[in-house]
Amino acid sequence: MTAVSDASEQLTSTRATPAEKRATAVGIVLVLLAAFTFWAFGLDVDSGFESQFNLSLPGARYENLSWVVDSRAVGFIVALVLAFLGGFILRRSHLKWTNLSLSVGLALFVFSFLTWAAADGAFSFVGMLTSTVVLSVPVTLGALTGLMCERVAVINIAIEGQLLTSAFVGTIVGSAAGIWVGLFAAMLTGALLGAVLAVLAIKYRMDQIIAGVVINIFALGLTSFLARRVLAQSQELNSPGRFGSVKIPFLGDIPVIGPMFFDHNMFVYITFILVIALHFGLFYTRWGLRSRSVGEHPKAADTVGINVYRTRYRNVILGGVIAGFGGGFLTLAQVSRFEENLTAGIGFIGLAALIFGRWRPLGVLAAGLVFGFARALQQKLGILGTPIPSEFLSMTPYIVTIIVVAGVVGRARPPAADGQPYIKD
Amino acid sequence: MTLELRGITKQFPGVLANDDVNLSASEGEIVALLGENGAGKTTLMNILYGLYTPTAGEVIVDGKALVLESPADAIDAGIGMVHQHFMLVPVFTVAENVVLGDEPTKRMGWLDSRRAKKTVTDISGRYGLDVDPDAIVEDLPVGFQQRVEIIKVLAREARFLVFDEPTSVLTPPEVERFFEIVNGLKADGKGIIFISHKLGEALEIADRIVIMRRGKTVAEVNPRDVDEPKLAELMVGRPVDLVVNRTESDPGDVVLSVNDLTVLDDRGRNAVDRLSIEVRAGEIVGIAGVQGNGQTELVESLTGMRPSLGGVVRLKGLDVTSKSPRAIHNLDVAHVPEDRQKSGLVLQFTVTENIVLDSYHQAPISRGVRMDWGQATDRALRLVEEYDVRTPSTEVKVSTLSGGNQQKVIVAREFDRDVTLVIASQPTRGIDVGSIEYIHSRIVEERDAGAAVLIVSSELDEIMALSDRILVMYEGRVVAEFDGSASTTDIGLAMLGSRPDEEAS
Repeated sequence: MTAVSDASEQLTSTRATPAEKRATAVGIVLVLLAAFTFWAFGLDVDSGFESQFNLSLPGARYENLSWVVDSRAVGFIVALVLAFLGGFILRRSHLKWTNLSLSVGLALFVFSFLTWAAADGAFSFVGMLTSTVVLSVPVTLGALTGLMCERVAVINIAIEGQLLTSAFVGTIVGSAAGIWVGLFAAMLTGALLGAVLAVLAIKYRMDQIIAGVVINIFALGLTSFLARRVLAQSQELNSPGRFGSVKIPFLGDIPVIGPMFFDHNMFVYITFILVIALHFGLFYTRWGLRSRSVGEHPKAADTVGINVYRTRYRNVILGGVIAGFGGGFLTLAQVSRFEENLTAGIGFIGLAALIFGRWRPLGVLAAGLVFGFARALQQKLGILGTPIPSEFLSMTPYIVTIIVVAGVVGRARPPAADGQPYIKD
Repeated sequence: MTLELRGITKQFPGVLANDDVNLSASEGEIVALLGENGAGKTTLMNILYGLYTPTAGEVIVDGKALVLESPADAIDAGIGMVHQHFMLVPVFTVAENVVLGDEPTKRMGWLDSRRAKKTVTDISGRYGLDVDPDAIVEDLPVGFQQRVEIIKVLAREARFLVFDEPTSVLTPPEVERFFEIVNGLKADGKGIIFISHKLGEALEIADRIVIMRRGKTVAEVNPRDVDEPKLAELMVGRPVDLVVNRTESDPGDVVLSVNDLTVLDDRGRNAVDRLSIEVRAGEIVGIAGVQGNGQTELVESLTGMRPSLGGVVRLKGLDVTSKSPRAIHNLDVAHVPEDRQKSGLVLQFTVTENIVLDSYHQAPISRGVRMDWGQATDRALRLVEEYDVRTPSTEVKVSTLSGGNQQKVIVAREFDRDVTLVIASQPTRGIDVGSIEYIHSRIVEERDAGAAVLIVSSELDEIMALSDRILVMYEGRVVAEFDGSASTTDIGLAMLGSRPDEEAS
């Protein structure tokens, strides 16, 4: 009998829990990053090089703020910290700290990478942060669309198509009748496609993934065709003008934070307001409580007199309005013309941000900023002229998507009824 | 004031679920509605709650006929329902669940959480329910979740409460506590309809018992005038043998030995926690326990459907820890899974196809790449005959059979060879009394033929009727062991774990 229990004792200790396996994996990644940082961003940099981070934009009230660091030293210090973090996590004694260590480690790695890229040169740090915020807007809006739908258990993978179509309609109507009318038309288009998805998913109980794919293919095909046929011939329909920046007095002049948050077009402000409004709406109001109940346990909602179908229709269509607003941002604020497949996957990245943000508005915003940062990084590195091929740089946002969704998130819980049609007896 | 269902008829395509049913309940009265699964009780209650529209008949409250088109109409009429599967949102707090659909709000739809909590504390205090309004529902024990359902109904000012199989998820001490609560509601003037298939409980709690069979109300009796065998006869339509006939067991060698087994559930928690058990040839070991204490994960792990995190499982000395289901099956282990529709059968397959699900890859059913359907049909015909499966043919989809016959198909498939070990989980859940008798006797036959048998069931009666030895599982561990003649009370207490404070609450 004792022999048996000894054997099982051993077995128990050799098989690791998922959390422990994760810690091991994260620890190894951190140690590898440490080694890479030490070699590439430390040893490989000529001593004496300095990296200059510019903290103000040209023409700002407080001009010429900058921060200079010794490039080689940063590489060594970051490598040391990464190695320490990796070793700490590999001990598997503080499993709760795995995610925090990974986040800190990745942030340091990115910083060290930037130092390396800017070695013996200057880099507009604040410029990159400002682009981060701007580029996060369509991703965040896309993710909020998904949030509106999935919180009532309708999976929306048609966000991409909604963004693309509303961007297209926004351009044409904006060119013909002015940008405000264009924006309104874009939002209407988003709502319309939302309604199509809602009817397919709720009324006809079609597989929601397929319904979404169909809408995406339709959107890409139609807008590409019309862009070639109509926009190519009548250029005047493809120049809607754009919403300009509105600098907020005083706040806009604060170094770093000012240009980051308080000197943008109204889309950026409204996105932030929307995130906060949705956060409070979802968790502190009757609408939010009812919506969440429909996404978690529709039958329970039904038995207390909540109309499940109506709630789903309403939220999916409202989500469409948000997507339409995002589409409007793309062609009426970010660039002022439409091109084929202008969205290039932003809607899908929005879906990833929804998961990364754990189906919560504030989380979605944070995720949106991470993806925005990845795209900003890609653009700025292109300008800096690093030895990395530009094709690799343009992969950055998508690689970040894969890493984030597969690894960093761990397991978040989606709404319990997500994707399931509700059938009333 | 009274609630009355008069002449209710409900016709589903092909099935007459309710046929001229009459039922009434007055204020301050407990009426038990007794019937087998499939007798039409739930259909009747769904009509009462506005989920179904009756084909004929009417619902009358205080002499007024009502049109119930949705649960909201029923709520307005003062009818509240505590469903068998709780209608609670697991991630919400108690207060959020209670007010959902009828929320106190401030301006602009802003939730008034203080008033919501006060509603809960008021009702909870009045009936001594002891529920914390801020607790997250999924963290509460089942007995407390049920109280949340009761508060939810009372918060909507229900005068009539319908309980659908309320005790099926409770331990015996929780049932006692539940009866106290129900009697408190009765004293407060509420009318109560108590739906059940448990005879003893109906006798204990009800003022009047109405019995349904095949969609009809067949009898109405006073509990003082009848006993359990009489009720069973009324319910089934013939005299029923309520006791399983079995002789003393004669345990042989250890067949299944489990040492320090640890298994995670889907949410990554230790559902089975360093559990050790042994089952010998020729004995039936029953695992009792409230649902959700790791029984599901234990069975899934033993049958290869879920990997284990630690520990060793040995079958006749052979290490089978985390082996595949087929490897374990090939060692002559018969498995009757917990959910026949999810993991026991392929519902869209025919009876024959389901019968050969475990042997389609072996001779004589398989001939190289070709299947010998003749052989398969022969086997199916033989087993349908032998195991008394009532089916029009072996070529109908198994989904068209009744629950009892579906279960017999599984038992036939699993028992049709020299079985060393039987693992049966909830073997008679939701099936008719006739099939229960039959399946129980087959299980005892397997034991007498020398197989080791492990039964897992949340029905304590079933465990008591079958087991030579009873183990009680609580939070992933075996907390107590009894022999087959232990008292219900002792086992019931053990099912609550070793927490004596639970009873006081």
